[in-house]
This record gives sequence, C-alpha cells and structure tokens, in this order.
Amino acid sequence: MAQHTVDQAPVPSPLGAGAPRPGTVPEPPGRLRRVLRSVVPGPTADAGGAALYRRWWLPWLWMTPAVVGATVFGVFPFLNTILVSFTDAKPLGGAYKVVGLDNYTRMLGDSDFWLATRNSVLYALIVVPLMVLLPLLLAVLVEKNLPGIGFFRSAFYTPVLASSVVVGLSWQWLLSDQGLVNTWLQKAHIIREAIPFLSDSWLILLSAMGLTIWKGLGWYMIFYLAALGNVPKELHEAAAVDGAGPARRFWHITVPGVRQSMMLVGTLTGIGSLRVFTEIYMLGGSTGGPGGADRTLPFYIRDVGLDPLTGNAGYGAAVSVALFALTLGLTLLAQRLTKEDEG
Amino acid sequence: MTTAVERKRRLTPRWRDYGRPRELVVRYLLLVFVLFITVGPLVWQLLSSLKGPTEDVFGAGASLFPHHPTLRAYKEVFAQVPVWTYIRNSLFVAVISIASQLIFSTMAGYMLSKPGWKGRKLVWVVLMASMMFPFESIMVSLFLSIRDMGLVDNLVGVWLPGFVAAINVLIMRAAFLAVPREIEDAAMLDGAGEWKRFRYLYLPSAYGAILVVTINTFISAWDDFLWPLIVLRTEDHFTLTLGLSRLSSSSFGYDQRMVMAGSVISVIPVLVLFVITQRWFYKGVSSGAVKL
Repeated sequence: MAQHTVDQAPVPSPLGAGAPRPGTVPEPPGRLRRVLRSVVPGPTADAGGAALYRRWWLPWLWMTPAVVGATVFGVFPFLNTILVSFTDAKPLGGAYKVVGLDNYTRMLGDSDFWLATRNSVLYALIVVPLMVLLPLLLAVLVEKNLPGIGFFRSAFYTPVLASSVVVGLSWQWLLSDQGLVNTWLQKAHIIREAIPFLSDSWLILLSAMGLTIWKGLGWYMIFYLAALGNVPKELHEAAAVDGAGPARRFWHITVPGVRQSMMLVGTLTGIGSLRVFTEIYMLGGSTGGPGGADRTLPFYIRDVGLDPLTGNAGYGAAVSVALFALTLGLTLLAQRLTKEDEG
Repeated sequence: MTTAVERKRRLTPRWRDYGRPRELVVRYLLLVFVLFITVGPLVWQLLSSLKGPTEDVFGAGASLFPHHPTLRAYKEVFAQVPVWTYIRNSLFVAVISIASQLIFSTMAGYMLSKPGWKGRKLVWVVLMASMMFPFESIMVSLFLSIRDMGLVDNLVGVWLPGFVAAINVLIMRAAFLAVPREIEDAAMLDGAGEWKRFRYLYLPSAYGAILVVTINTFISAWDDFLWPLIVLRTEDHFTLTLGLSRLSSSSFGYDQRMVMAGSVISVIPVLVLFVITQRWFYKGVSSGAVKL
C-alpha cells in the first residue's frame, strides 16, 4: 500500500522550512516549531516507496493512551480474572492463597449459581425473540413519512436516553400494589386483588424483561429504520398490486429484506440479556428478588465476589469466567447461525 | 390513487397523498398507542412530580393530572437531599470522560487510519480483543485493580476504566478514512504538513463522529449505575443514579413526589443534549468537501 507516494514529491519536510506560503497559516516560529516537529508525526518516503514515519515511535506516541486503556482495562482484567479464580482473594485485599480448582467445584455444586444461570439464560430466551421482532414492527410503523412522524420517532427514542435507574423507578411505581397498573385494572374490574408484580419472584423476572424490552425498543427501531431503507419499494408495490395484504408483505418482503439486521440484533440483544443487572436491582430490590431468587449472573458476581464483608473475589472471578464462557458460546452460536443463513 | 404528476403539481401534499384514509387512521391510532406505552410512564413521572402534598400519587383516589401544579417537590428534593453534590459528581465523571475519550480516540483513530508504521496490526488486535469481554465478566478484576490503585470510593476510580474505549477509536478511524485522498493530496501539494492536515482537514471533517463520541460518552457516563455502585461508598461521592436509587428504597421514607422530581432532574440534561444535537447527528461527514 504505497499510499503516501505524494510525499516523494517536492514537499521538503513535514513542517516545511522557509517563509509561509501566502494564504496558509504561518508556522509557529523557532523553538516551538522544533518542539512540535519532534512530537508531531510526519511521514517521509523510504527507498521502497512505502511511507514510514521518520521517527518510528511517533505513531506509537499517538496510540499509547488507547493501547494502554485497552490493555490495562480490557485484556489484562480478563487474564487476571482467570488467575484470581484459582485463589481465595478478598475484595478489600489482604493475604490470599491459591486454592486450585476449588472455586470451580464449589460453583458446580452451588444451587444459587445455577439459579442465576437459569435466570440469565431464561432472560435471553424470552427477550431475544421479542427484541428482534417488536422494534422491527415499530420501524415499519414509523417508516412512512407522514406528518408529525419525526415527533413520534423522537418520542419513541426517549426511554433509551433515560438511565436504567430512572425508568426502573418509573416502573417500580407503575407496578407496585397501589401503582397505576393495578389501580386501573381494579377500577376496570378485571382483577380484584392487586397483582404482586414486585413481590412474586416470577413476576419480578418477567417485569424486568418487560423493562429491558421497553427501554431497548427505540434503539433497535432506529437500527431497523436504516436497514428498511435498503428494501426495494418496488417489491412492496408489486406485491400490493398482486393483492398481498400488509401481514403477508411484512413476512415475505420486509423480513427477508432485513434478515441480516435481524441476526445482528439477535446477537446483540442476546449478549445484552446476559449483562442485565439494573432492571433486577430496581424492581427486585438490592437483594435481587425474594431471597435472591431473581439474581442474574452479573448480580450474583457482585454479591459473592464484591461484597466488602463476605465477598470472595476468587469465587466471583470463577463465576465471571462462567459468564464469559456463556457469552462466548452465544456469540459463536450466533456466528454459526448467521453463516448458515447466508450460505 | 394520485399520480406522480398530480403530486408534483402541489407543493403541499394533501392528506390523501399519504394513503387511503382507513390505513392512515389505523397508522395514527397505532402510533398514539405506542406513544402511550413508551412515553407514558415517563410523562406520568413528570406529572406526579408536579403534585402537591395533598394530592395522591398512588391508589384509587389518584388522578393522572395534578390539580394544582406546584414545584414544591423540586424545592423539597434540593432541600432534603444533596442533589447538587450528586449532580456535581456525575458531571465531573461525564466531563473528564468526554475529554479523555475525545482526545485519545481521536489520536488513536487518526493513526490507525494511516498506513506506513510498524505495529499497526498488533494495535488492531489488542483493540479488538479488549472489546470481546463484557464489562460484567471483568468487573471483579477491575475492582481489584482500582483497589490496588487506592481509588475505591473515588470518582477518579469511576472514570478510569472507561477513559478510552476501543469502539470510539474505531468510530474516529472510520471518520478519518472517509476523508477523500484527493483532498489530502491537494493539501500536501500546497505544502501543508501532517499536523496542519490533521488540524485543518481531518479534524473538521470528522465533526460528525466527534459528536457521536461525545454524546455516547455523556449518556453512558451519566446513566451508568453498576460500576459506580461497586466503586463508591460514601454519599458525598455518589453520582446522580446512585443517589436516586438510594432515595427510592423505602427504608428512607422519602416522599414519592420528591423522588420523581429527582428522576426528572436527571433526565433533563440528556434530553436537552439530544434535542440540540439531533439536527447535526445525521448529516454527512464530508458532505460538500469534494465537488465533482
């Protein structure tokens, strides 16, 4: 890739010496220029024609913060998680010892761990199909340029902007025994007793799923809107002429047209479902539902690994590795499905 | 059915240009229904925050609209809860996050968009790898690192792990790659050194991406909950989301109108930012730079 061949042309040096050309911004004078010249990267041509920076370390100077960030707070923590999972380190420090595979054997026999895994997997199984379909329907609804459609699009996006805590608070009050939903249902004589949305462990889990879907609708709607633009309008028109109703056109033209986007949304929401924490915390309380019955894997990691008093960072790390394995498995599965779908 | 000619003749479209009446009615009914579901809970929060102490928020006697709208709950929440401290802490994290993300992802994204230096592939691999691990699966180790740095219960510890994100580097790189080669060549022939090309050509061309990085960073810092919950311990250091969640737990017995007022306060900055930037958000990155 000899992209910088122009550098061999009469450009004398990156910060050309001599008087500034008319119409260009003058160079900083003297000392400042020398300093700038030593820090600012400038490509020079080597004999082979490929551009090389005169000082090999200059590109690295520009890259260093990002590389350090990705290494120290991305790659290293993962490797360290694996290492810590073989110890009994405490979250607040102090002496620790290597315990081998003890954390993993403890994990396999820990019913709370399996409960958290079940909750997380269940979360993904229920949320993903709805998250793939509902925002697509919404995108189809707002796709047509009708008067006022911009307002609706922006309005549907607002739950995305609000923090999970704020929407969690809102849902908390909507679903409480005296909340709006129960009050209205009672007024309409649909139910007599309030539905225990926030005290029954199954209902908490389902409500949290509802919250996740509700908050993500707008985000994936925008995502699908972009994809819908690539579905040829002629197909819809032709199908309409042939007498196909909206439902048939949706299944036979829209869905195949945005298939790839649907696969991607499925992958993203699947990974997202395994990361759920705040929804459970807001609706099920800091215990994660009655007796911790609604805890997801991240919730469980925080409980067992990071509690200042009773936490065991080693065990938390082992559960973290399990969470990563689950995420990786899901990603690979999605990749495979996508490939099969394309091939 | 209207023909294309007819449509062209009229500058302002008539209702029937948008489709059959029945279809239109159904569409708008559906739109209003979804509006009710998506925005309803947030609007209800806003309305309840405007209620006075004598009006019910919950229960059979509660009405949807406040009969005597008042800002009393807002005054109360500022008087009884250190909201200003929360806001200051959240702003502190958001502002330094935006600064570091912008500076470092611009630098790295620019270099990654340029060929001709050694180690580019390695950097690429490291950046991609760092995006593979969900935050929740490395947070135990991150906390241990923050602890070893002595940053527990410190806002710097909240900011540090996310001081630069690989995804933003990729966004900036894509924006710089979109700058047409012809323009850079022209600038080079005019004698512009690399710094000048970066400062006066690349940076202005990437304003769309800069905006995206800024907004994404602000929203994720402002709305973040789990990591501040892990790192912060004392109320003086709480961010707004932490303070709000603490308010809501009934053991403190705060008035719901107050908590709702707090929620509204926390949504406003993000909403304002969104409304202001919306019109620039979708504009082309280098539109108008190359004239054919």
